[in-house]
Amino acid sequence: MKRIYFDHSATTPIDRRVAEVVLEHMTEKFGNASSIHSFGREARKAIDEAREKVAALLNAESNEIFFTSGGTEGDNLALKGVAYANRKKGTHIITSAIEHHAVLHTCEYLEKQGFTVTYLPVDEYGMVRVEDVAKAITDKTILISVMFANNEVGTIQPIKEIGKLAREKGVYFHTDAVQAVGNYPIDVKDMNIDLLTLAGHKFHGPKGVGALYIRRGVRVEAIQHGGGHERNMRAGTENVPGIVGLGKAAEIAQSELNSKMAHISALRDRIIGEVMAKIPHTKLNGHPTQRLPGNANFSFHFIEGESLLLNLDLKGIAASSGSACTSGSLDPSHVLLAMGLTHEVAHGSLRVTLGRGNTKEEVDYFLEVLPAIIQRLRDMSPLYGTSAHTKVSNPCSDCHVHAH
Amino acid sequence: MYTDKVMDHFTNPRNVGEIADANGVGEVGNAKCGDIMRIYLQVENDIIKDVKFKTFGCGAAIATSSMVTEMVKGKTLDEALKISNQAVADALGGLPPAKMHCSNLAADALHEAIKDYISKKGK
Repeated sequence: MKRIYFDHSATTPIDRRVAEVVLEHMTEKFGNASSIHSFGREARKAIDEAREKVAALLNAESNEIFFTSGGTEGDNLALKGVAYANRKKGTHIITSAIEHHAVLHTCEYLEKQGFTVTYLPVDEYGMVRVEDVAKAITDKTILISVMFANNEVGTIQPIKEIGKLAREKGVYFHTDAVQAVGNYPIDVKDMNIDLLTLAGHKFHGPKGVGALYIRRGVRVEAIQHGGGHERNMRAGTENVPGIVGLGKAAEIAQSELNSKMAHISALRDRIIGEVMAKIPHTKLNGHPTQRLPGNANFSFHFIEGESLLLNLDLKGIAASSGSACTSGSLDPSHVLLAMGLTHEVAHGSLRVTLGRGNTKEEVDYFLEVLPAIIQRLRDMSPLYGTSAHTKVSNPCSDCHVHAH
Repeated sequence: MYTDKVMDHFTNPRNVGEIADANGVGEVGNAKCGDIMRIYLQVENDIIKDVKFKTFGCGAAIATSSMVTEMVKGKTLDEALKISNQAVADALGGLPPAKMHCSNLAADALHEAIKDYISKKGK
């Protein structure tokens, strides 16, 4: 059976051009970039070139790019690093309720360290309101961290406006742009971004490598100590193959961004249009227009997400859901709940995230099999189309206590 | 993550639907947790002549519902009351640990349906 990959927000395949340079820097150009001999020098040169390519993708300077092991480390370094370096100035941090756990759990950790965190709500489309950010700023605020685009519903946040506000108020602005970099145009200068997290594997680079952009002059304290790598910001022998791969992926993303966005957003618009027209009792999650080019997210009433994913998988289609059953916890997605969805509607969510390799034929096949799967699950559901109401015993009422 | 037997009952669930003149109906779970199971019984002379289910939930919820209906069809009420959630999971070759709490309630739904039958009969 042909397999169809509609889960590009989880990860993407490595571009073969990337894989080639990664392999070359594993097998031939394998030197330690700290060594002074020719092997070391060629590794150092490769890292420098990769840094320039990543900087170019963001319209940053190359000395503003610090390589990390990926998105989670970038978020940790940005939040903890800014918090610790600026705690004499203030101890208040502003973020949103829909951030990735790499940000949310780091904020919870910082609360235990004596910092105060405001978690901003979002509107029904999953968007942070700039006026809420403005209202939350106090004379103790040192950092605002709002993601560029949400990983579940794809909503693109008003980054430039938040950045402008932060700059005016003298507060640092970090954005977790893991989903957006390489998939959507970003200009850190124009958008007033002080720190930005990115990860290679979301745009056809390798897993285990990413970068943190830190605008020149922003005070950040290192959280990992050792050698003087990455100008004392991130100790540890550089992951040269990963970094070179990240650089190559950034270069490709920059040159192919416009054509990729046009291709993917056309497929996405077809999916959203057809699903909303053909399947009743369906809600589109996320913003109708301000969303990532490849993201479509729906809630199908009366059914549960995991059983939907299993049925799609049996047809060869790989997607994801905000259902509790697919997250390993008993609560559905915190993002969907923050947007005001009820638990039962959040349980029935389906996320389809497209990539440059997807085709119209794949989309047509998905649209062909999806309605029958939904109908079959609905026919099996006691929430759908029955009038009988019985007394419900509820041994599950304490289920939140048992989470994880 | 699921056994072949779970996937078999998930893809080809037995006894899906409703019984119009059911004389015992039981429902457990809640939509907040993501699992609701409803069992319909047709009982004659203390024997389960027919059983059907409707379930909102994950793969494990659907498979356990299907399995419990297969296990009790033709059984006496006493025999059916002895079937536990664990026995249903065992009959499916086991469930992932995370599924044992919220998604493994099919026997509870069955027992609720039997209680419903007994209370109606008593009136």
